[in-house]
Amino acid sequence: MKFGRRTALLAAFLFAIPFAQAAEFNRLRPDGSTVAFVYRQMGVPVEGGFRRFGGSLSFDPARPQAAKAVIEVDLAGIDTGFAEGNEEAQGRLWFDTKNHPVARFVATSVKPLGGNRFEVAGRLSIKGRTREVKTPATFRQAGSSGVFEGAFILKRADYGIGEGVWADFDTVANEVEVRFRLSAVAAK
Amino acid sequence: MPQANSYTRTAVGLHWLVAVAIIGTFGLGLYMHELPFSPGKLKLYSWHKWAGVSIFLLVLVRVFWRLSHQPPALPAHMPPWQRQAAEGAHLLLYVLMLAVPVTGWLMSSAKGVPTVWFGVLPLPDLLAKDKELGELLATLHKVLNIGMAALVLAHVGAALKHHFIDRDEVLVRMLPVLKKTERRTQ
Repeated sequence: MKFGRRTALLAAFLFAIPFAQAAEFNRLRPDGSTVAFVYRQMGVPVEGGFRRFGGSLSFDPARPQAAKAVIEVDLAGIDTGFAEGNEEAQGRLWFDTKNHPVARFVATSVKPLGGNRFEVAGRLSIKGRTREVKTPATFRQAGSSGVFEGAFILKRADYGIGEGVWADFDTVANEVEVRFRLSAVAAK
Repeated sequence: MPQANSYTRTAVGLHWLVAVAIIGTFGLGLYMHELPFSPGKLKLYSWHKWAGVSIFLLVLVRVFWRLSHQPPALPAHMPPWQRQAAEGAHLLLYVLMLAVPVTGWLMSSAKGVPTVWFGVLPLPDLLAKDKELGELLATLHKVLNIGMAALVLAHVGAALKHHFIDRDEVLVRMLPVLKKTERRTQ
């Protein structure tokens, strides 16, 4: 009897979690999404972002391990905060967008960390170089959308972003914080 | 209390320190603006901002000093219009010495680049990022600088006129080294 009540409570608890009824979120909504970054130049944090990105993903909150994500960022759509910077960032020494127009992130695993927190691991390719990255992310449902948010530190030197005169970190620091907010809806 | 006929050493020291800093920072501003984008340019912009913040603080000290210490009287031979012009110009110089760095700081804020004094102490961002406001403040910073440069030229011109034409003590009391050299040559 006692055991039965516990099971009933547990079942009620599980059903109370919104995730239990969630569909698979598989269509990225660019409107509700942002890919931004904060870099430091001369010790000054400056915010920037990317105007164009897309990709495909599928995430079922009930089965995070089965999640898939490929995010592609159009690097020519960079906004460094000022016009001169945007031009420079597309040049050969920075992203070299003529030869490497797209940055691509391919998720390889999504590990639940408890609550609405996850650790997403994957391969990030920029400027012909691919590195393993890991980022914490939170997931929440907002209306019919599922929203991922997180941030991680990218070391620009790992990808050759800022070579030549920009290679030392006196002016522009190596660590760049990448902040993402990806909103997806469930499409049949 | 009778008016002293000389400035305090502190007043003289601050005057020349701020004068040199302003001329240097003004020149740096003109120079860096024309440079092609490079790490060097970003460094110069930061140095210019650090200098601007430093000048602002030094000028606050000057204002405090000026308000708490009476400056020497103007020479008796000056007609009223010249006295009024001198006082007005000095007041306007103080206003500009504060307004120019403030507009630079606000411009930087509006352009989305916070000011971090010596790369260590972040100044608050009073304005959110706003491109048009940034451009407007850039124009204001430039116009105030042109105004200040004109006023500084008038200030220097007036000091030289006092020294060479009126042959009074106005320049010497702000530049006591002149008096010593004169004594030596006599």
